[in-house]
Amino acid sequence: MVSFHGWELPVQFSSIITEHRAVRSAAGLFDVSHMGQVFVEGPGALALLQRVNSNDISRLQDGRGLYSHMLNENGGVVDDVIVSRLAENRYLVVVNAATREGDAAWIRRAAEGFDVAVEDRSEALGMIALQGPLSEKIMEALSTDAVALPRFGAMKLELFGRSAWITRTGYTGEDGFEVICARELATRAWQTLQARGASFGLLPCGLGARDTLRLEAGYLLYGSDIDGEHTPYEAGYGWVVKLKKGEFIGKAALEKQKTEGIRRRLTPLKLLERGVPRSGSEVVFEGEKIGTLASATFSPTLQAGIGVGYLNRPELPAGTPLSVTLHGRAVAAEVVEGPFYKRT
Amino acid sequence: MPDPKSSRYMKSHEWAALDGDEVVVGVSDHAQHEITDVVFVDLPKAGRTISQGEAVAVVESVKAAFDIYAPVSGEVVAVNDAVLQNPGLVNSSPHDDGWFFRVKPGNPGELDALMDSEAYEAFLKSEAPAS
Repeated sequence: MVSFHGWELPVQFSSIITEHRAVRSAAGLFDVSHMGQVFVEGPGALALLQRVNSNDISRLQDGRGLYSHMLNENGGVVDDVIVSRLAENRYLVVVNAATREGDAAWIRRAAEGFDVAVEDRSEALGMIALQGPLSEKIMEALSTDAVALPRFGAMKLELFGRSAWITRTGYTGEDGFEVICARELATRAWQTLQARGASFGLLPCGLGARDTLRLEAGYLLYGSDIDGEHTPYEAGYGWVVKLKKGEFIGKAALEKQKTEGIRRRLTPLKLLERGVPRSGSEVVFEGEKIGTLASATFSPTLQAGIGVGYLNRPELPAGTPLSVTLHGRAVAAEVVEGPFYKRT
Repeated sequence: MPDPKSSRYMKSHEWAALDGDEVVVGVSDHAQHEITDVVFVDLPKAGRTISQGEAVAVVESVKAAFDIYAPVSGEVVAVNDAVLQNPGLVNSSPHDDGWFFRVKPGNPGELDALMDSEAYEAFLKSEAPAS
């Protein structure tokens, strides 16, 4: 068990690699109750969310969500979130544990002058992620309707007599669902899914596998890969920035950066020799240190060391040879195209 | 190959077993359970002179790196290429196919001074978190 922003979370149930493989080939179950849920409701909900998000929330139909960044005035990332439109004038924003309280405060501050209610219900709600190619078959145990959700679909339902929400989202690069329900019912939801999943090879998974899966899939970890000092462009996530949608916090800074170009880029690299890169490992190009790794691990799928780091040579193309310093030794690596893993 | 019962142990969970006039070194079954999936092993080169207690090898899992300390002083005379190629041997066969290296000991008294298997078992019990 490790402490994670006030939560006691298991790093692993069986082993990181066993759990990782279960999610890639069958399914895995994650307790992600540390994630926060902020509901934004009222006639001004859309306008407020447009203001605090880089992505274009106006494109959402009822029952659809999207991935977005909330930015500060400098274009730095306040948090990365998933915004779902539950109904007209009613939205769910799923935020990170580390930033939850800050996010809610940030949204409320921006909400001044908007006719809107911002309700942080994280303390009352639990969240379970079911991930993997066999997720649909297992989700049927909780909801047959959920199985019809498209990717990034969102629905409200009655679960064990209480309001709950299911989204077709995740952090692993596989098909999957996330179930949000009253915290006291989360155990029951977990047990229901686990019982159905047993014959499909479902395994309970910890934070360790969650990290190797998301890094392979090219997803960002807030606090490691992005923070208030780094912009979406630098993180290689320019697609979440919609400059044409109208005004939003951080837009001016991003427009400027887009014109001037970035000086560093979160660059994916892969080791060509044996070794396990770690967060903080130095990256060397032509004898010069050009950055450190923000996230790195051994990829169970590629059977090689992988990592991402802000390199102050953003132009280096895939295939560029460089090295990562591990235990004082230069280990050969190369720049690659992200993500490291794409489901087929 | 080495019998865990007749091997000697360090508090840092390396085992050392006399085989002829050489000492074979690896990590205990308890250690491999704690480390879980071993994905990388780095070993000293054959011919290197090592001292007891010196960090001479590295074992890494997905999450963490662990130093491996020399149980005895001497010269490394052989390393296990198989475990370099297939680090999972540390998990599947810690006391046999997952051995690390062989040492020509410089001071035979060092081996005898290490814990025997009974003392190591008792040490593990004393280390176990109260439940």
